[in-house]
Amino acid sequence: MLNRPQGTTSGSLKSVSEQLDRRAVERVAKLARLELTGEELDEATTRLAGMLAHFADIDALNLDDVEPMTQPYELVNVMRDDAPLDTLDHDEVLAAAPDASDGRFGVPPILGLEL
Amino acid sequence: MSGFQNARSIVEAVSTGATSAVDVLSEHLARIDEREAEVHAFNLVLREEALQAAQQIDDRIAAGEVVGPLAGVPIALKDNLCTRGIPTTCSSKILDGWRPPYDATVVSRLANSGAVFVGKTNLDEFAMGSSTENSAFGPTRNPLDTSRVPGGSSGGSAAAVAAGFAAMSLGSDTGGSIRQPAALCGLVGVKPTYGAVSRLGLIAFASSLDQIGPFTHDVADAALLLESIAGHDPGDSTSIPQPFPSLSESLTRGVDGMRIGRIVDLPAGADAEVVASVDRAFDVLASAGAEIVDVSIPAFTYGLTAYYLIAPAEASSNLARYDGVRFGSRVEAPDTNSMYMATRGEGFGPEVKRRIMLGTYALSAGYYDAYYGKALKVRRLMAEDFAKVYQSVDALITPASPSVAFPFGSKTSDPLAMYLCDTYTIPSNLIGHPAMSVPFGSGEQDLPIGVQVLAPEMGEPTMFAVAAELERAAGGSHV
Repeated sequence: MLNRPQGTTSGSLKSVSEQLDRRAVERVAKLARLELTGEELDEATTRLAGMLAHFADIDALNLDDVEPMTQPYELVNVMRDDAPLDTLDHDEVLAAAPDASDGRFGVPPILGLEL
Repeated sequence: MSGFQNARSIVEAVSTGATSAVDVLSEHLARIDEREAEVHAFNLVLREEALQAAQQIDDRIAAGEVVGPLAGVPIALKDNLCTRGIPTTCSSKILDGWRPPYDATVVSRLANSGAVFVGKTNLDEFAMGSSTENSAFGPTRNPLDTSRVPGGSSGGSAAAVAAGFAAMSLGSDTGGSIRQPAALCGLVGVKPTYGAVSRLGLIAFASSLDQIGPFTHDVADAALLLESIAGHDPGDSTSIPQPFPSLSESLTRGVDGMRIGRIVDLPAGADAEVVASVDRAFDVLASAGAEIVDVSIPAFTYGLTAYYLIAPAEASSNLARYDGVRFGSRVEAPDTNSMYMATRGEGFGPEVKRRIMLGTYALSAGYYDAYYGKALKVRRLMAEDFAKVYQSVDALITPASPSVAFPFGSKTSDPLAMYLCDTYTIPSNLIGHPAMSVPFGSGEQDLPIGVQVLAPEMGEPTMFAVAAELERAAGGSHV
């Protein structure tokens, strides 16, 4: 009763998955701030290509006039009264950090960063 | 549960002084001592804390106080629910040793209801998996057959109840992570309507899909536990600002006059014994006065693809916070960027890395429209298909899991094979509807089969009425 027409005008998943190579996977790992070993990169390349090829089943749907749905229900902005509330305990929060001093989180140098 | 068949009888006995909360707890701790080494349901058993809490409840009852609807019930919590000052790990090395500075809303609500927390349960790392084999701390075993998985990702919460370590437990369900382990362990498992239960303090996996829900021995216990945790919470912006409906009348309502849908184009893949149980469920409901209606949901088939693009996309964003700065572990490096990369490379396990990669790829420039954008459109089709169907039926019935509990290692070499476990549970998460698994029949080796009941948004009263009818026909809980 709800047959949907074949084909789509925007890029298909199938063609994209066929282009996936190790260099593209290395770029994704860098974007995700994940240090992967050579072995992990090889595995990721094979796995991702396989999954994306499987997911190409939705290429069969014509989705041109369909509105994307990001949430189960429409989100509305939520406001609260402008009144003081209990907040997290400063020392308790800092105690959970790998490095903290003088009431602040500690990190290695951030300047001279090469991405 | 030697002394008690369900949590309601514990509340009754403790509240009237027929037994003490400490005695009830001791009985559960004794079973933990006996079998936990074999089952590994817990990342942490809260023995001392639980004994103190139970003693306080006994003292309050002795002083004539009314303790609450869960007085003295030993409850286990999935280890992705924040507990103040108590380690919360998500079964990941990256959070090993972290103690949250606050309690999840569900944790405070249960404590205020008189619950006693027995421990934090094992899960697939960051709730990503369907067998609990992806835990950084080792797998959980199914108490009904320890050569098999308990399901996942809330496998520890399911195993804890099935083994009698706790009378009830909480899990979280992003694509089936409560309903599938409930099916595999012979329990009732509920994924409530999105927004019915506060997510404040549930460590996020995929924020538009995650919901917390109960594991129990029977449908009435599930209603009791869900009513205790549901309801508006100003701390969660997606929490529904309405009172949660009462479920008590649903338990005896029956299904007379209801219209229950059979999805004719449901994706194939369920084992014959599972299909046979679902068929028998339809027969039972028809005999009890329901009308069975054939319906079509063409988008159902595409749910798996939409989910495995949307959930990893959201996860890749949510898990960006594990960067070695504010909490969890850190691998030292000369600059921040190297520190982030090394910390995350060392701290996350293989499945979490796989999903972060998949999600990052699906969201990256040039591929966003082809992957994430398309998945969101399929999600819309899914919502429209279900909305049409609910114009003519009150509820739907499907399998909860395609198979009974499977042996360890049988799906770990192929992530896609594992993902297929979620085929029947995913659509409810994508569109925010409630769904639950109820034990109905058994398959190979007498292992339990779960039948899934689906209902529209805030349709829990209808869903519980159908589940209660199936439970009556099945002759009570499996375990």
